[in-house]
Amino acid sequence: MDASTSAVVQFLNNNIGLVAGIGKIAIALVIALQVAPIMVWVERRQAAFIQRRIGPNRVGIFGFKLFGLGQPLADTIKLLFKEDFVPKHVNKFFYILAPIIPAVMGLVAIQGIPLGKEIVVAGHTIGLQPVNLNAGFLFLFAMSALGVYGVALAGWSSNNKYALLGGLRASAQMISYELAMGLALLPMVFIYGTLDLQTMIAAQSETFGILPKWGIFLSPVSFVIFVVTMFAETNRLPFDLAEGEAELVAGFLVEYGSMRWSLFFLGEYAMMFTLSALTTCVFLGGYEIPWLPHAELVALLTPVFTAEPATWVAALIGLGVLIAKVAIFMFLFVQVRFTLPRFRYDQLMRVGWVYMLPVALGNLVLMAVIVALLRLT
Amino acid sequence: MTASINPYLPILVAFALGLLIAGGATFASFLLGPKKPNAAKLDVYECGVTPVGTARQRLSVKFYLTAILFILFDIETIFLYLWAVLFGELKWFGIIEVGLFVGTLVVGYVYILRRGALNWD
Repeated sequence: MDASTSAVVQFLNNNIGLVAGIGKIAIALVIALQVAPIMVWVERRQAAFIQRRIGPNRVGIFGFKLFGLGQPLADTIKLLFKEDFVPKHVNKFFYILAPIIPAVMGLVAIQGIPLGKEIVVAGHTIGLQPVNLNAGFLFLFAMSALGVYGVALAGWSSNNKYALLGGLRASAQMISYELAMGLALLPMVFIYGTLDLQTMIAAQSETFGILPKWGIFLSPVSFVIFVVTMFAETNRLPFDLAEGEAELVAGFLVEYGSMRWSLFFLGEYAMMFTLSALTTCVFLGGYEIPWLPHAELVALLTPVFTAEPATWVAALIGLGVLIAKVAIFMFLFVQVRFTLPRFRYDQLMRVGWVYMLPVALGNLVLMAVIVALLRLT
Repeated sequence: MTASINPYLPILVAFALGLLIAGGATFASFLLGPKKPNAAKLDVYECGVTPVGTARQRLSVKFYLTAILFILFDIETIFLYLWAVLFGELKWFGIIEVGLFVGTLVVGYVYILRRGALNWD
């Protein structure tokens, strides 16, 4: 080994925390950036199947059609080369800033998701959660809530009546459903006794009877409320009043085009992935295979591989399991979009404030009493 | 030996990278796209109908009410998170206190409901 390689090894050994930290962020960023193109293709194909069409199945690379998987790539290139004009009536600074906010928040929020338990590299244990604060998933909530600014600013700065209405509706809707969302997760906090997602996932690897001890079985009402509010938070049908193609043409997006327009969707899909992953971690055992806790998986793999590579393989399997669980929710998002009609705005607000909020509060009180009776007596 | 860094540092790095990606995409599109502006393109797009007046108009007070009520209930939720984390330590005392707190808020909630603040018809 010559001097320069050993210097690199030395540097890696001394700064493994920093290097691993940047590596984890990069992995999460890559996942977040891949969600939008792949989901756009999935969405178009699935819509086509529901409507008995074929959908995009042509675009491929070098003659390989690959079910049209080249479509998102072609779309990205098209969007990149489209004319990027700024209409003259807009508030220029906020108009340019607005699409950047949801995209950045989507890319930052995903950093709070545990992508796996931990890996061991050269004697160093590295946790696989890019951002691991003791505030736990509250960080995720904060980032997801900041996305509202992008929508509100886009609506206002476009200086267009449709955009303004869309932006206003979207902001009012997002903040209304945030309440029920926060309250829905509260019972999970005192059931697990922590805000930390890793601890929650570890607690869910146990079983009672034949069922895994998942959050969905511990507090099913929380799960239902959370999934519904997730649709509202990401402005997806049946809560996509903000866009409302038929009446607001595209709501806050109406004055946007080319890359700016796609940044909104990058943010939206990244947020869909993040919230689905959060649901998975809190209610469905995260990256754990059901009935097989992480420690047992590593123990199973250790004879095949050696001690350290076993943790790497376990981490890869864990990531695959997490993505598979998230994929179920992404499928649900698309299925719901092409199955249910849109709510009317007064219905939407009534569902949020008059039904979801009291049900979430009632569930909270009920769960508090049940948990207290079980644990404190 | 565990590899540890300041837990807030990754947030900063992620923000920087996020801004770089989002800003970079915007800038790349600005560089690569053609520039052929014309009057119709730069005008307000309202389905091809000539725009009447501006978008800077008065808004329904409902949105303002929603925002205020949101702040009220959101702060409540944040308080409840503190209690939820300390659930095991505060025991029944915590539950009774939170019950009183939530009870007070429910009175307020019933009031706004009866006054029609949540009525969007």
